Amino acid sequence: MSTLERSTEQKQAEWYANPAGGRSEQPAGPPEPLENAAAQVPVRMSAEGLTVRYGVSTFGIRDVTMALYDRKVTALIGPSGCGKSTFLRALNRMHDLGRDIEVTGDAFLDGESIYAPGVDPVVVRRRVGMVFQKPTPFPTKSIYENVCAGLRLVGMRKRSLLDEAVEKALTSAALWDEVKDRLRSPGGSLSGGQQQRLCIARALAVEPEVLLMDEPTSSLDPNATMRIEQLITQLKRQVTIVIVTHNMQQARRVSDYTAFFYLGEMVEQADTHELFTAPKESRTQEYLHGTFS
Amino acid sequence: MTDIAVRSGPPSGAGLQLNTGRLTAARYRAPGDRAFKTVVVALSSAVILLAIAMAVVIYLEAAPTFRAFGYLSFLSETTWDPVAAVHGALPFILGTLLTSFSALALAVIPALGVAIFSSEYAAPPLAALINYTVDLLAAIPSVVIGLWGIFNFAPQMRDAVYMPIYLWALEEAEWMLPIIGAPSTYNFVTATLILALMIVPYTVALSRDAIGQVPREQREAAWALGATRWEVLRKAVLPYARTGIIAGILLSLARALGETMAVAMLIGNRNRLPFTLFGPAATMPSVIINEFREAVEPLHYSSIMAVGFYLFFVTIGINLLASWVQQKLSLSKGAV
Ligand SMILES: Nc1ncnc2c1ncn2[C@@H]1O[C@H](COP(=O)(O)OP(=O)(O)OP(=O)(O)O)[C@@H](O)[C@H]1O
Ligand SMILES: [Mg+2]
Repeated sequence: MSTLERSTEQKQAEWYANPAGGRSEQPAGPPEPLENAAAQVPVRMSAEGLTVRYGVSTFGIRDVTMALYDRKVTALIGPSGCGKSTFLRALNRMHDLGRDIEVTGDAFLDGESIYAPGVDPVVVRRRVGMVFQKPTPFPTKSIYENVCAGLRLVGMRKRSLLDEAVEKALTSAALWDEVKDRLRSPGGSLSGGQQQRLCIARALAVEPEVLLMDEPTSSLDPNATMRIEQLITQLKRQVTIVIVTHNMQQARRVSDYTAFFYLGEMVEQADTHELFTAPKESRTQEYLHGTFS
Repeated sequence: MTDIAVRSGPPSGAGLQLNTGRLTAARYRAPGDRAFKTVVVALSSAVILLAIAMAVVIYLEAAPTFRAFGYLSFLSETTWDPVAAVHGALPFILGTLLTSFSALALAVIPALGVAIFSSEYAAPPLAALINYTVDLLAAIPSVVIGLWGIFNFAPQMRDAVYMPIYLWALEEAEWMLPIIGAPSTYNFVTATLILALMIVPYTVALSRDAIGQVPREQREAAWALGATRWEVLRKAVLPYARTGIIAGILLSLARALGETMAVAMLIGNRNRLPFTLFGPAATMPSVIINEFREAVEPLHYSSIMAVGFYLFFVTIGINLLASWVQQKLSLSKGAV
């Protein structure tokens, strides 16, 4: 899968020395070193030269190098089709499952390559959880079992622990009050927005270290959206979060850092406030001012 | 039509009346709708009427038997002896149910295995090869399978399996003798095995389709939770596909129940209970196909019709069961 020219340890050392990106010496190369705060915040995950190709010629993303900071929220913005989902899915090796998808470059979790030979993608996915754009509850399983699904996978059997975890996860996902009286009814019987929160609860129940969210609120009403945003703000005490969003206000509200993707490239990553008020790249400026779609 | 369209249109306004859209709709779409509806209604009622007519005709033809023996005694009588004018359907009903359900039991697990392997594990070229072979198997006419059974499978099974087991039981396990019976070439087990072989491709194809219809998002949701391949299958794929798989199994059962040729050729045709494993037996279709030409006695003829009448109902029963199960297990209901 990966083309590793340098050894993992070497990369690891470099990343710890310069978390904002190994290519800062290139004048135009992404990412911009994040000044002030970023220099002290440890990097949880990072991508280096990450490229995903669908088939031979279609690039999903091209040579993306960026860092995801520990217990911070990073928002990914950019026009439709620019590779945000592709990048997200490269971070927990979901592309392994597709046919004819080629991933080159590398991504690191706590400095360890997740594409190195011998790394079990199942373990990566247990540590890097994911919430999809479309709600995907298991329709034949009850609400309770949906939330437990991940816990059962790691072998948790004890009823009291499961009960506790379910309540905690559903409460975090702002769904507990609505479903506490019908935990036994099927996950497919909830409304679209409830299903999405169920999926968030399901991802949270296994307590991932990194949570990848692909437009998690695109099917929610404003109230539920607000609760999810509050939840993200709370969660970042424990979890590193990456959120894809088309809602600029949302990105500004919830994220600490924002990365702008365009045509498969990561154009600019910066402190959210900075990116929205003083973007360095002209493409970012144009996108933010709505001069192209 | 035009009237209605105008009246139901938006409140008057000079601009709106220029809108020809609703006029076009009234002129073209409504007659099309009506014609289509008429055709559809006519065709579906024709199908229903045909089914009812068939049931009525069969019933009328079978009536003398029901008058002579009664509905229930005809069902529970264990002997079918046209010469003595004794007609009981129990041997055939038992024969049909036993062969069909045993064949299904034998076929389901291997068929599911093949379906799962080809859709989840096999590399695409191998999967294509498996699917092609399975489809080919399904296309073999049952009379050809019957021929192969008569000239190859049945004699070999008798020599290699039935005889040795029988001889062993004679020495070591006499209590088994009433169950297995004296081996004959064409017997219950042979027919059941061939029947199982014949329904495997159906079960494979139908459950493969059901598995193929599981949305990618369902699998990905399980993968993203850190499920292994087997766990994805067990937690996401099979539960989602279960309705389709069960429907496929019931359709295979319906096919087994109605399968005539190969079974008639291989089951040995014994018209009275008790049946034994290695001895001849009979099924409802097999007695019908074997005897309808010789049925000169009116009572014999109407008894064959009566067997057909019950077969009709067994099949309908299975189909009703299928739709009931499907409803019970449909995705939004019956969570675990
Ligand atoms: N499975 C696939 N096969 C082929 N091409 C794909 C596939 N998935 C994505 N692509 C292509 O890769 C590019 C990036 O797609 P991606 O889904 O990552 O965009 P996105 O930024 O998430 O868009 P959106 O905001 O609409 O979700 C697009 O040009 C898309 O056409
Ligand atoms: Mg996307």
